[in-house]
Amino acid sequence: MVRDVAFGQYFPGNSLMHRLDPRTKLIGFVALIAVIFCTFNYPALAIVVGVTAFLLLSSGIPFKFYLKSLKVILIVVLITSLLNLFYGSGEPIWQWWILKLTWNGIHRAIFVTVRIVCLILLSSCLTFTTSPTELTDAIERLMKPLNKIHFPVHEIAMMMSLALRFVPTLLEETDKIMQAQKARGADLDSGNFIRRAKALVPILIPLFVSAFRRAYDIATAMECRCYRGGTGRTRMKTLRMSGRDAACFVALALIICGVVLCDIFLKAAI
Amino acid sequence: MSTVLELKNLSFVYGAGTPFEKKAVDDVSLSIEQGELIGIIGHTGSGKSTLVQMLNGLIKPAQGQVLLDGRDIWEQPKKIRDIRFRVGMVFQYPEYQLFEETVYKDIAFGAANKGLTGDELDQAVRRAADFTGLRPELLEKSPFDLSGGEKRRAAIAGVIAMDPEVLILDEPTAGLDPMGRELLLSQIINYHKEKGNTVLLVSHSMEDIARVADRVLVMNRSRLFMLDRTREVFAHGDELEKIGLRVPQVTKIMQALRAQGIDLPDSVLTVDEAFDTLSSLLKREGKIW
Repeated sequence: MVRDVAFGQYFPGNSLMHRLDPRTKLIGFVALIAVIFCTFNYPALAIVVGVTAFLLLSSGIPFKFYLKSLKVILIVVLITSLLNLFYGSGEPIWQWWILKLTWNGIHRAIFVTVRIVCLILLSSCLTFTTSPTELTDAIERLMKPLNKIHFPVHEIAMMMSLALRFVPTLLEETDKIMQAQKARGADLDSGNFIRRAKALVPILIPLFVSAFRRAYDIATAMECRCYRGGTGRTRMKTLRMSGRDAACFVALALIICGVVLCDIFLKAAI
Repeated sequence: MSTVLELKNLSFVYGAGTPFEKKAVDDVSLSIEQGELIGIIGHTGSGKSTLVQMLNGLIKPAQGQVLLDGRDIWEQPKKIRDIRFRVGMVFQYPEYQLFEETVYKDIAFGAANKGLTGDELDQAVRRAADFTGLRPELLEKSPFDLSGGEKRRAAIAGVIAMDPEVLILDEPTAGLDPMGRELLLSQIINYHKEKGNTVLLVSHSMEDIARVADRVLVMNRSRLFMLDRTREVFAHGDELEKIGLRVPQVTKIMQALRAQGIDLPDSVLTVDEAFDTLSSLLKREGKIW
């Protein structure tokens, strides 16, 4: 069923990661991604791996959910690491046809694999521990300065939260429409590519129709409650930084320093 | 009469193996005769929708069998689509499944999937439209230009056009105005009478069920609670109320009068019937002539 697709799923909880301010998590996440791609030797890589492991452990989410999120990108990781493995520069240590194995290639493959895996694990960690609402709140707050150049921050954030809110609803709806068309003998799982694409029409049209209907309904409902955009609007839950968040930023600074120092003073492995 | 549908120890579990596991249908066994009109009632979440979805193979039972004319519908899983033409299913709010350019094409969708073509298809569509009271001029319109009630009838016609041996309707009258309800209900009765097909009607309206059903199937907490002739089922008003259902209002009034010691039958199903019973009682006692 469509519902089985795990998509940035949020697991409610009360772990250290859950209690952090979403802004801290978002900034930290972006900074860590940058750091991941600035690792050029093994000590630096070890720091990143260590930090990722620590964050996963402190999220209190069972490890099997992280493994599930990795399963999706398994093929990407395999292809990129294989390509890197055989396209390194330097002395070949083994050669067959156009495939050339070098130490440089081996290092590259290890770095690429570890980087992508860390990247996915960290982003899963963020979405597992942060509800979509918190996330859009954080984005809205962080992008607030853009208001000065007349960028409609609040409106964009509102659109994002509305879109996220309706993902499960639309999935459920898709499921219902699929059942109804199957009951009328629609054949969704056989035939060649073109036939299958055509078989989607009876599902997509009702789905679009109902999505538009919902959009109109929501717009009317919002207008009925006198919604008129972001100016002067207060929030029910104000985001508040605490000592925990400060500690996080200090840790983040230390991690960045550590990686940069490794890069400066140690020889690059790739 | 012959048995058309037979359920043997049917069970279904949602989200098996996850923390959200929920038994939706639990060990249901029953049989339905050819040509019966069965009403299905039950509290929200009692498993009636899941139960009917298993009857045409939209979901596969976790345990047990569904026998259609004595053969397990899952005998050949690849041919489950053929079962869906034989057991037609109209979902709740079926108007949201319309998608074609014209009403005609939409009604023809299921029948064409079944393999009908040319005149046969045309006849099937027109007959189905006729059964559901859609005027011929509506057939060339876009389904999105119809009124709510017309859309509902077009969607039902789309299933009837497949000429199923068993027709299942899940809350066909929900959300319609009183006139629309009345009309649709009488069309269903008509269809059932003319075709002599088996019809299963899921509804929250006890009045509707009391009016049309031969037998009533009551679901409660995923289990079969009762399956008996309509009159017998509605004679058990107290038990029905305990599981969050009720009997038709007129039945309740008559039962209250009976409790006062007035000599009345314990299950009166419709207002007309109540009127007849009461007036013959009054005549007998010489209060009216």
